[in-house]
Amino acid sequence: MEIVRKVLPKKVTFSYKKARLETAFKRTLLITALLMLMIAVGVFFTLVIHSIPSFRALGVNFFWSKTWDPVSNVYGALPFLLGTLITSFLALIISIPFSYAIAIYLGEYNTKGWLSGLLKNIVELVAAVPSVIYGFWALVVLVPLVRSLESKIGVAPYGVGIFTASLVLAIMIIPYAASLGRELIRMVPSALKEGAYSLGATRYEVLRHVVLPYTKSGLLAGLLLSLGRALGETMAVTMVIGNTSLLPDSIFAPGNTMASVIANEFTEADRTLYLSALIELGLVLFLVTLVINVVGKMIIKRFSNE
Amino acid sequence: MVCSLIACNGGDNTTPGKMAGNASGGDKTLLGAGSTFVYPLFSKQFSEYNKLTGIKVNYQSIGSGGGILQLTNKTVDFGDSDAPLNEEQTQKIGVPVLHIPMCSGAVVLSYNLPTVKDTLKLTPDVIANIFLGKIKAWNDPQITSVNAGVQLPNTPIVVTHRSDGSGTTNIFTTYLAKVNTTWNTKPGKGSSINWPIGLGGKGNEGVAGLIKQTPGAIGYIELAYAIQNKMAFAKVQNKGGNFITPSVASTIAAGNIPLPADAKVSLTNTDAADGYPISGFTWALIYKEQSYNNRAQDRATNLVKLLWWNIHEGQQYCEGLHYAPLSTSAVSVAEAILKSATYNGKPILQ
Repeated sequence: MEIVRKVLPKKVTFSYKKARLETAFKRTLLITALLMLMIAVGVFFTLVIHSIPSFRALGVNFFWSKTWDPVSNVYGALPFLLGTLITSFLALIISIPFSYAIAIYLGEYNTKGWLSGLLKNIVELVAAVPSVIYGFWALVVLVPLVRSLESKIGVAPYGVGIFTASLVLAIMIIPYAASLGRELIRMVPSALKEGAYSLGATRYEVLRHVVLPYTKSGLLAGLLLSLGRALGETMAVTMVIGNTSLLPDSIFAPGNTMASVIANEFTEADRTLYLSALIELGLVLFLVTLVINVVGKMIIKRFSNE
Repeated sequence: MVCSLIACNGGDNTTPGKMAGNASGGDKTLLGAGSTFVYPLFSKQFSEYNKLTGIKVNYQSIGSGGGILQLTNKTVDFGDSDAPLNEEQTQKIGVPVLHIPMCSGAVVLSYNLPTVKDTLKLTPDVIANIFLGKIKAWNDPQITSVNAGVQLPNTPIVVTHRSDGSGTTNIFTTYLAKVNTTWNTKPGKGSSINWPIGLGGKGNEGVAGLIKQTPGAIGYIELAYAIQNKMAFAKVQNKGGNFITPSVASTIAAGNIPLPADAKVSLTNTDAADGYPISGFTWALIYKEQSYNNRAQDRATNLVKLLWWNIHEGQQYCEGLHYAPLSTSAVSVAEAILKSATYNGKPILQ
């Protein structure tokens, strides 16, 4: 009996104050989360409402029409849609070897120490630099380099173009996949790795057959994060992409992206249809980002279920 | 919760003029918005005017289109635009808007040909064909025939233009539409057009940057930019057949033509014999009837007096910044327009 009395906690009274506090806290959290949802839905509806004039005038042709002519009020989103998709995916492909190399090196080979700390901070700094600075740097350093490359190959030596824009984007999005990948690779349980080592696996084999399969879905999520950043990037791209409203015919040709067109032409759009077409372009960008996110999450889910 | 968010836009919503008045600290601070082209001049003029009279002017250079939009929404006292209001904008505003010319500027054709030391001469058709993509190399016979004795290289021409909507583009394309029938059909004229060929740069500085970096490039920029960046620019043949070097003097000459009473005229392809053909006015825009939305009479008087000063004493600051001041005929037309501004039907200026 005495043992029981010593083990049982002190008499707990029912406190109304605590219960109210608890409910209030839960409600605040819920409201804050719902606020985010309302903002996203609100943005979507604003875009839809303001693109109605454009949709009524141009119809579904907007999505695959090639002409963007503010003078005759004929608008088509295809060159910009292609420009956005090509630059973003090309940037992603260019950045994959670098992000994974950084993630694996910092997560597996060199997890502690001054070099590891330094590299980790520099990679995060690369993500923190404002995109306008990347735009200036690209204009002053990257564009002449690409121009000399183009003269050597024999293509028109513009310097600016889809290729340059993809390069700048690749540099900007490396930190996202790299940081996420590094954290995930570090969190692989050592028991798994030690099991493989004890069976005689080399470091590379442990990486290939234990670590990477374990972190597969997380690494893909990192790629999706990078891709999302690349799709929406405006300033750095608009400075080096050449800003032509024509369909690009090669990787070195100038082009344009949806974000870049909106940023450039919004303030001077002097007709309702023009403004509405730009907002509809914004809606298309919104939907493209949404679709890619949904598809990406489905792919990640499939990978983590295997 | 949503309703509370909407209601948060409180205050006097029916009188944005009053809101603007309250926001700007009474009638001694005036608000303006519009063209980026005229911003350096306005900046200088307004700071000098403040020293003289104590009236502060807050001007946001968001572009001509933005200025017109803000004037339509009555959130600013005056707008400034490099192109007069088009039909849709006039209809949207509904009431008369006065266009007061402030100054004029020239749009020059700058190029990057390090081996060519002489100034190139260009005719209207050559310019149009370059920008249409029909002339592809610098040593094309159409260009060499106009520039006898100049050794032009076999470099491909890289056309550059503005990627953002701009009054500079408006002046340039209005000129091309006037002198070349193909250009008039397509792509036509406007602040933002469907360029058949070429790279786009953002702002005058973007185009200037592209021209400076790309060998063989040609593009159109404001005279002030070309002079300050020491870039080469071409002489253009005007309506009278003379090849004119763009400068403040030749821009003044271009504006020395009889102006219509409402001052809504394009200076491009001017009839003046020694005028530079690619120039244009920039206009300050105010409502003709100033007593809208409970505006105070003092505010309207301050505004009209400011613009009166701009077209008289303010003109002394134009040449230093490479703008062309208004000619005497332009000033008298502008005076007449300003005198027609009314408050409750009575003219503001006596």
